[in-house]
Amino acid sequence: MNTKASEDLAHIKEMMERSSRFISLSGLSGVGAGIIGLITGITAMYLTNDYFSAFDSNDLKVYDFEMISKLVGLGITALFLAIFFGCFFTIRKSKHLGLTIWTSTTKKVLIHLFVPLAVGGIFVLALLQYHLYGLIAGTTLIFYGLALINAEKHTYSDIKYLGLLEIFLGCIALFWIGKGLIFWTIGFGVLHIIYGIILHKKYK
Amino acid sequence: MSIISGLNKDFESRVRLGMMSVLMVNDWVDFTEMKSLLQVTDGNLASHSAALEKKEYIEVKKEFVGKKPRTSYKITDEGKKAFQNHLSFLEKMMRQ
Repeated sequence: MNTKASEDLAHIKEMMERSSRFISLSGLSGVGAGIIGLITGITAMYLTNDYFSAFDSNDLKVYDFEMISKLVGLGITALFLAIFFGCFFTIRKSKHLGLTIWTSTTKKVLIHLFVPLAVGGIFVLALLQYHLYGLIAGTTLIFYGLALINAEKHTYSDIKYLGLLEIFLGCIALFWIGKGLIFWTIGFGVLHIIYGIILHKKYK
Repeated sequence: MSIISGLNKDFESRVRLGMMSVLMVNDWVDFTEMKSLLQVTDGNLASHSAALEKKEYIEVKKEFVGKKPRTSYKITDEGKKAFQNHLSFLEKMMRQ
């Protein structure tokens, strides 16, 4: 009878998890997003290679409109690529697990991610409007981290640690204007790759 | 053997146990979602949900979304109590 009880308890736990958490999130999505983040960050550094000398001379260079539109374009392209790969690997994993992808849990995760991200996006638009470019990297990291912590209850709770690390990096970046791209590349590139690998191994 | 008699016979089936677990942590869950979570057939789910409804452990709502009928389930207070009792019995048995 003890084995029956332990099997029943395991079944209860599994059904509760399966129905309340979005477990189709694939670690490979994180790795994909990380590689895109890394390439994007390095490209941006290359485009703005006077960023660092500007910092060294304490002359916070204001980029011209052309440079800023290039960087914004680069960022938006990276975002869409990351979303594309994220969806691709996640849908693949849900098929593998035999789960339906569009459930109330999926909706909950997306809403909890979307609200802080949308507010962060509007905040960044305001920063662009007032030419406060130096704060953008830190701001994107902070709002992204908040979004992850917000969605933590509805998916693998490990993502809250990633969220905390992103916020931590973002806070440092705010006070280190001129080095923003380095923090951005670490946060969206390196951390995503490391986390993606950990998640992939843990929930295979 | 006294503990075993405390186990709720209504939750002996895996499907019913699964249904109750899902409804413990979710509000309304519709038929299609429940079916995919439990990985059972339409008929199987229908008969088990009817049994749980008869016991008043779950509430069943039938409505139309456009022209399609939709059935959703929700746990009742009585269902929650019964399930929690069942859970503590299972846990007690584990410790023996």
